[in-house]
Parts: sequence; C-alpha cells; structure tokens
Amino acid sequence: MSGLTLRRPSRTTTLMAAAIGTSLVLAGCGGSGGGGGTAPSAQGPECAAFTQYGDLNGKTITVYTSIVTPEDQPHIDSYKTFESCTGATVKYEGSKEFEAQLPVKVAAGTPPDIAYIPQPGLLASLVRDNKAIKPAPAAVSANVDKYYPETFKSAGSVDGTLYAAPLGANVKSFVWYSPTKFKEKGYAVPKTWDEMITLSKTISAAGEKPWCAGIGSGDATGWPLTDWLEDTMLRENGPEVYDQWVKHEIPFNDPKVAAALDRVGGILKDPAFVNGGLGDVSSIATTTFQDGGLPILEGTCYMHRQANFYAANFPEGTDISENGAIYAFELPPVDASKPTPILVGGEFVAAFTDRPEVQAFQAFLSSPEWSNAKAKAGSDIGQSGWLSANTGMDAANLSNPIDKLSVQVLQDSNNTFRFDGSDLMPKAIGSAAEWKGMTDWITGKSTADTLTFIEQAWPKS
Amino acid sequence: MTVIEDVAGAKPDLAAAATSPSAAAKNQLSSRWASAAALVIAVLWTIPTFGLFLSSFRPERAVKTTGWWTFFGDWSVTFSNYTAVLFRGGQPLINYFVNSILITLPAVVIPIVLASVAAYAFAWMKFPFKDTLFVAVFALQIVPLQVALIPLLQIYETTGLGGTFWTVWISHSIFALPLAIFLLHNSMHEIPAELIEAARVDGAGHVRIFLQVMLPLMKPAIAAFAVFQFLWVWNDLLVALVFAGGTADVAPLTVRIAELSGTRGTDWHLLSAGAFVSIIIPLVVFLSLQRFFVRGLLAGSVKG
Repeated sequence: MSGLTLRRPSRTTTLMAAAIGTSLVLAGCGGSGGGGGTAPSAQGPECAAFTQYGDLNGKTITVYTSIVTPEDQPHIDSYKTFESCTGATVKYEGSKEFEAQLPVKVAAGTPPDIAYIPQPGLLASLVRDNKAIKPAPAAVSANVDKYYPETFKSAGSVDGTLYAAPLGANVKSFVWYSPTKFKEKGYAVPKTWDEMITLSKTISAAGEKPWCAGIGSGDATGWPLTDWLEDTMLRENGPEVYDQWVKHEIPFNDPKVAAALDRVGGILKDPAFVNGGLGDVSSIATTTFQDGGLPILEGTCYMHRQANFYAANFPEGTDISENGAIYAFELPPVDASKPTPILVGGEFVAAFTDRPEVQAFQAFLSSPEWSNAKAKAGSDIGQSGWLSANTGMDAANLSNPIDKLSVQVLQDSNNTFRFDGSDLMPKAIGSAAEWKGMTDWITGKSTADTLTFIEQAWPKS
Repeated sequence: MTVIEDVAGAKPDLAAAATSPSAAAKNQLSSRWASAAALVIAVLWTIPTFGLFLSSFRPERAVKTTGWWTFFGDWSVTFSNYTAVLFRGGQPLINYFVNSILITLPAVVIPIVLASVAAYAFAWMKFPFKDTLFVAVFALQIVPLQVALIPLLQIYETTGLGGTFWTVWISHSIFALPLAIFLLHNSMHEIPAELIEAARVDGAGHVRIFLQVMLPLMKPAIAAFAVFQFLWVWNDLLVALVFAGGTADVAPLTVRIAELSGTRGTDWHLLSAGAFVSIIIPLVVFLSLQRFFVRGLLAGSVKG
C-alpha cells in the first residue's frame, strides 16, 4: 500500500459519488407503482352481471394466497372482467410461505384485504384467536346458500357464522390407474373394497406390485396418509362416526379409527402390494407425493390413491382420459349397499377488511360467473386440476376429463360429502401430530401406538 | 486508543514477518499433504453443485425418474428447463433480474457509505463515549434480524413505505451496518497515523482526509465488504419476502425461485435451472472482485 499521493484524484471517490447518484435515481423509481385510475368502465353486454357491484373505479383490492405460478395465472385472468366492468384493480400476490407470512402480516397490522385460506382449521384459529376475519357479507351468504353444498358451507363457517365462502374444491377419493394397461391385462375397475383387494392379489400373484404411494412433502410429510385414513374412516364407519372423530367426540385412538387405519395398512403395509416401481414399504416415506403415482406411466405400478389435482404431476402431453394412459376411479366402498360420502377439500375466501369494494369482490368470487371464468381461463392456457364446488359451474368449461368427472361427482345430488378431516382438526393435530404419527406408522410403528400418540397431542381446552 | 500504540503496531517489520504466525501458517498450509487434502475436499464439495448443473440440462422425465449420474449413460441434453424458467409463463425469471439489481445496488451502497463515515469517526475522531458507542454498535451484531421483522413492518406501514423498495433497502442497511462499521473501522485503524498527521499539517480537514486519504486506502476492505453484502442481499429471501412481498413489481429473483416449483411442487425439475440462472450475476461479481475479497477477508482479523 505505497505510492500514495495526497492530491491525486481518487477513482474510488468518483466511483462512490457515481454510486450515490445512481442510488438516488433508483430511489426515485422505487416510489412509483401503485396502479389505479384505469380507463372508466366500458359498459358492454358482458358487464350486465357486474352492475350489482356498482362503480369501483380507482379502488384496489389486495389478494394474498398460497397459489403461485403457474397455477396463479388463471386466477389473475379470471378477475379481468370484474376489473374492466367495475373499474377496480385486483392486486394478486401468491407465496408458498403463505401460512408463515399471513400471521406476520396480521400481527404487523398489514393484512391483505382478502386471503385464500387453504384449511378451515387455519380459518377457525384466525377467527377465534386473532379476531381478524370479517364475517361474510349478505351477498356472499346468499350465493353460498344458493350454489354450494352444505359440507362446504359449514367448512367455511366458525361457530355457526359464515366467514369464508368456498373458492376451489378438490375431490380426494380417487384412485389413479392406467386404462390401457388394465385393458391389456384384462383387469376390471373394482366396484367394492374386496374386489380391489382381490385385484391387488391377482396383480401381486403375477409377480408385480399393484400399488404405489409417496408421502414425502417437506414439512408436511405424511399428509397423503391422512387422506387415506379419512377415506377409509368414511368407508369403514360411515359419515356419523367420521363427524364424531373430526370433532373429537370419540378419541383418536378409538377402536373404530384403528380398524380404518388397519384397512389402510392392509394395502400400504403389505410388502406384496407396494411400492410399485419405487422400492419396499419404507420407500413410501422417502418418496415425494409428487413422484408417488408416476410409476403408473412406467407400467411398474397399477393403482395410486390421490386427489384430482394429481393430474398436474403427469408430464405434459400425457393422455389423461377414460381410455387413455391415465384415468381415475372412485375409491370403492366397503359395503356397496350403503352410500359412501366423497372426501373433499378446498380453499376459502376470508376477508380482513370490509370496504365495499372488498365485499363486492367477495360476492363476485362466490358467484357462478367467477367459477366459470376461472375454469375457462385455466382451459385456455391448458391447465387442469382446478374446479369449484359451485353448482352453477358448467363442466364444459373444463378441459381435463378428470376435472369434468370431479365436477360431476360434486354436482351429483345423490352424493354426500365430507370435508378433509385433518384440515378441520386443530392445527396441532391436522398439521403436526397426525403427519408425524402417520409417517412413523408407515415406517413400522404399530397402529395402536400411532393413534395413541396422536390422541395425546390433542390440545386440551 | 492512542495514536502512538498504533504506529508501533502497524510498522512493517521484515525480520518479524518471516516467523510471524501467518507465515508459519502459510508454510503448513502449502505442504503436499495439505494440498492433496484440500483437493479432495474441493472435489467432494463441488460434486453436488456439479450434479445440480447436469440436472439443469436433463429433460423433465429424466430428472423426475433418475439421478443425475445416469446422465453419463444417456446423453440427452435439453435447454427446455432454461427456456422455461427464463421466458415461459406469466412471470418469467428474466423480469426479476431488474428487481434483484434494483434491490441489491442501493442495499450495498447505502451501508458502505454510512459505515465508512461512521468507521472514520470511530477510528480517528475524538468525542465522548466513543468506545462505549462502538461496543454498542458492534453488539447489535448479535441481535437476530428475525426479532426486528414485525416491529419494522409496523413502522414501514405507518410511515407509508409499505410495499416499496425502500423497505428492503432500509432493512438491509440496518442489518448490515454493525458488521460493516466493525470491519471498516478495524481496517481504517491500521492506517498509520503519520499519514493523517501529514494531511493535517497540509491543512486538510476531516472531510478532505476522509475522501482523499482514507477512501483510496480502504479500497480492499470496502470491496471485500461489498462482495459480502452483495452476496447476502442477492441471496436473501426472508427480508425481501417479509418487507417487499411477493408481487411482481418488487419481488427479487429469490422470491420467484422459491415459487418456481408451483403450488403443489409439481414443477420441481425447474429448480436446478432456476438456481443456475440466479447464480450468474453473483458469479460475475465474485470473480471480478475476488482479489479484493481474499485480501479483505484478512482485513481487521490479523494485525501486524
């Protein structure tokens, strides 16, 4: 560090000055943004359904969700008519850190206007503990009463008050299979649980593994097994016992629950039945749920129980149709003579503010116009795996046969539904103890020990 | 903290340098066995990154079904992952480069400007409670930034800064300042006092000494800190996510990459390509500044 002369103009100094200058310019840029004042609403015929929301010119509604790219695009597109007809601007923000960030935003006093809550249990805790959610306005209640099944309404309600209207829905009681492969081998889609086990044995006897599964999902590892348990609870014990179980009127380690879990174990813990194309029983815990059903495409696995949204996991261009490479059948009942409720899930629209434009947007989201716009927007860009339980929804707007099948299932008035139990239970169970317990269970813990472990974690109140 | 002591400490002593601890360390570290061990560690350390790099060129189906090492049996190369992350969809990564740069530059420049001025004051000016203040500033280094998230967010919201780049710039500056002041202070303190005195005799005031004597000498330390801070801010997810949020007009690359795999993780095969796209600029910065970085790593750590 020699050769210093005092009077030499320093390069660093000039650089520094330039940098400061740049930062000031950049600072100028940062301040701008915050849209608003779009062109006044053009009143075309497509706006007829929107006059009820009034003139919302210059108003902004912020939406915060856990739905990110690429699934967010049809959401953003579906608001366009609402925006152009009412003049409001909808600012959409999706984040995979939604569940961690939402409480931070609420605590800091900066909640979004609207959040799409993926679990009714989270909704209940936001309502009871944070007292941050506004009850649904009258227009929303009217829409929900008119268009949604009771199961969805009660899942969006806390203590009898409707807080959040349903948004999307998923149908969970599906078994994915390959119609072409079934045809080739002469297997038929099973109509009862026993038929399904017989089919599994036939496949196993032919030297192949009938089932494949994966429960890995980062922090949420284990959740696919909670769906399995819920589905078998409904089939083994019927909806009344299921409701008692979800509300903790019977303990988590009740013999009825044990019977249901053993039924799951009859498939997933049988080394002759799993894990097609992926390994032995313990590989279920280490395989991600995204990969769990892919062996069906390879021909190394025949059946995979997962919700309708699993369609998105198959590589682009896969023929998903009734006679194609991939399709799904309803998980069969144990007793075919009794109606079996369908296991469903979904997300809900909760509002943290009650400004008129926010309430108008809530009403729009609960209307059939939105469900159809969303379905169309998804089909337009070739996305599948989304549907709504709105009975005003037209299945023709969906492109994927599985989505159409799911809508038929949801709109079939003979069907009864039950909402995903782990989403309804307290967070300590549905998003913690049950995931851990079920992961331990698949890696060797006994049914009784597992259920007792979960029962002990139930919050005492 | 007298000037005399420092002059003695900073005086170059050639005889002592040969047997100084750093010279001994250098001898030990450049033995043949040490080199071999370093090589093995370097290779082991690089393998995962190398695998990630190969994965980024493999087709979706191959990524999802087999490991990267099977690449050597099946040489199918595709750029579709890169085109997908860079250009496809409603929010291609290429749009987020601008945000990342807009966030990073001020978040590097602001703490450097403030810290170099503060370091000068702590090193060469006399004022009451100087040492106490300096210890207090450095002690802030042990406060985890997570505890500041919610209070800061509340402040930003009440001052109307919420959702702008300002929140990220200010937050990064706050979190960077303790370390920046400490590092720059130490390296500034090593500069021989004679220089300052000579400048003073020539009639230079504090401003002139700072700009014309200190800054040129501080170049390596500033560059080293700039690299640190640049990498930290560029790779930061938490601060950007909490303060700026995830909207396309303010979110940096990291926020977008965190969401690259899609709502249910179905597109995870894109992550490796996304990682390498985000690495490009830090790599360029690091390579062009690495000689400062290595020199600056020692800044303030070894004296004499």
